[in-house]
Amino acid sequence: MARAVSTQTKVGWTIAAWVIALLIFFPILYTIITSFKSETEAIAGFKLIPSGTLESYAEVQSQSNYFKFFMNSVVISVGSTILALLIAIPAAWSMAFSPTKRTKDILMWMLSTKMMPAVAVLVPMYLIFRDWGLLDSRIGLTVMLMLINLPIVVWMLYTYFREIPGEILEASRMDGATLWGEIVYVLTPMAIPGIASTMLLNIILAWNEAFWTIRLSTTNAAPLTAFIASFSSPQGLFWAKLSAASTLAIAPILIMGWFSQKQLVRGLTFGAVK
Amino acid sequence: MGNITLKQVSKSFGATVIIPKIDLVIEDGEFVVFVGPSGCGKSTLLRLIAGLEDTSGGTINIDGRDVTGEAPAKRKLAMVFQSYALYPHMTVAKNIAFPLKMAGESQASIDKKVQDAARVLNLTNYLERRPGQLSGGQRQRVAIGRAIVRQPSAFLFDEPLSNLDAALRGTMRLEISELHHQLKTTMIYVTHDQVEAMTMADKIVVLNAGNIEQVGSPMELYKTPKNLFVAGFIGSPKMNLITGAPAAKVGATTVGVRPEHLAISKTSGDWKATVGVAEHLGSDTFLHVHSDGVGPLTVRGDGEISVKHGDTIFLTPDPSKLHRFGADGRAI
Ligand SMILES: Nc1ncnc2c1ncn2[C@@H]1O[C@H](COP(=O)(O)OP(=O)(O)O)[C@@H](O)[C@H]1O
Ligand SMILES: [Mg+2]
Repeated sequence: MARAVSTQTKVGWTIAAWVIALLIFFPILYTIITSFKSETEAIAGFKLIPSGTLESYAEVQSQSNYFKFFMNSVVISVGSTILALLIAIPAAWSMAFSPTKRTKDILMWMLSTKMMPAVAVLVPMYLIFRDWGLLDSRIGLTVMLMLINLPIVVWMLYTYFREIPGEILEASRMDGATLWGEIVYVLTPMAIPGIASTMLLNIILAWNEAFWTIRLSTTNAAPLTAFIASFSSPQGLFWAKLSAASTLAIAPILIMGWFSQKQLVRGLTFGAVK
Repeated sequence: MGNITLKQVSKSFGATVIIPKIDLVIEDGEFVVFVGPSGCGKSTLLRLIAGLEDTSGGTINIDGRDVTGEAPAKRKLAMVFQSYALYPHMTVAKNIAFPLKMAGESQASIDKKVQDAARVLNLTNYLERRPGQLSGGQRQRVAIGRAIVRQPSAFLFDEPLSNLDAALRGTMRLEISELHHQLKTTMIYVTHDQVEAMTMADKIVVLNAGNIEQVGSPMELYKTPKNLFVAGFIGSPKMNLITGAPAAKVGATTVGVRPEHLAISKTSGDWKATVGVAEHLGSDTFLHVHSDGVGPLTVRGDGEISVKHGDTIFLTPDPSKLHRFGADGRAI
């Protein structure tokens, strides 16, 4: 801290950070640029300034009902996140505050399920969905995404809850708080920031999940990932239209992410940044 | 009122015995310090009294009432934690008010008590801040404020100053002593720092490995330590503990002599010694010397003494201030 950082170093780092950020963001940026081009412009070659036409958007909207996909995405991602939180909060809570010898093993086992390639269980999952009548249903996808993200939700909440010092709970007990008072006045307010960032991150994860949502849905329950996919193959490649569809699909989550940056950084770093 | 009596209190975590069996009486209004090395069970004992841990055996009485199985809140004790344990999401005012709110007091009475406590603790200008925006000393005062508003029958402090820097520790030590004089409420104070124990306590309880080694006033412990452990723990710099010939001469296995009870001479004396390090503090000089046949010694001289590394001096212990210990480590 006390060490003076030279202006040169600072400028160097700033430039490097901007270059890297731009490199990472560029594909998204170019997608957005392309969405404002006409189809001929789009295949004409690299060009950063679009003509600004909205014809791709109009075409996309006329071909399929964006709003229906959007609502499916909202219901599935928000629903699966809430469902996951309902299960994960008590689980993480008990592991954080009354750990046993097996707690670490259980956490590792949960995380290990994320290391399995999803394709490996595609056929059994598909058959189960088919037999239970869950194919192309919002409920089916909600449950599926909940299951996929549950390990991450438990892990995140566990690390947040672990940060709540036990002495504060003891202090509230000394101060005469009943169990109810402890939950309402002390635990909940201290847990909410962690729960909020977990929620945000998992909505994003669920929103972007493409493997299962595309394979387990056709029309009724199809979310925005399927919406993009529907523009990619059938009529050959229409870059401008595909870009417009992609932009429409990521816009809601980009806007949400922008407004909740602070919470998200905490979430992505598992609470390491205060 | 704040009489606390422990009878045969013991505590084990699983198979590990932390506190074998303790009997202790704490009188109303006393300032009692539990002192001992780190890990000796001071916090555990305090938490047993607070009710944050269940006893494995024995009974705890507060004001004649058996509270052994009672929840912490019912014991009417207030605790100040080492980490302060303030509620990070509440303002200073809300932190201090919390126990009153839990007790269901009216808002008017809460406001008044918070204001009073804030005035006593110099926190009036900080009432709307969050704990995160305060310095260590201020947080400590908020924790104390939260404890005093409930007018508990006793205060429990668990190493409350160990997170503060040395200068602030000195000031807070005085403030807590001052508070005790004002409130006259029983205080139990846990520390591993014998200076805090000596300066603050009416009664010191020296703990070692979960056992009480000695209970007494600071001067009692200083003048008549019951055993080698207390002799070595109380007093700064430490008492010189000498075995071998010099001890045998006075009929003991170990003989103890405090640094201030060794007369220094440049010409003659009982023990000839070579000066290693001389620490000149201005008011005092601490000499770390080596004497053949006696061993390393610490000697306290006045501030004016001029000796340096390598000098030869002569030391004579004050025969009336010798502490003699037998083979079992107990004072003879
Ligand atoms: N909840 C616990 N479970 C197991 N061992 C504990 C627990 N709390 C404390 N101990 C052990 O008890 C001993 C005394 O701890 P403590 O009372 O905190 O010591 P002190 O406060 O004197 O430093 C230590 O060896 C510590 O490891
Ligand atoms: Mg301790």
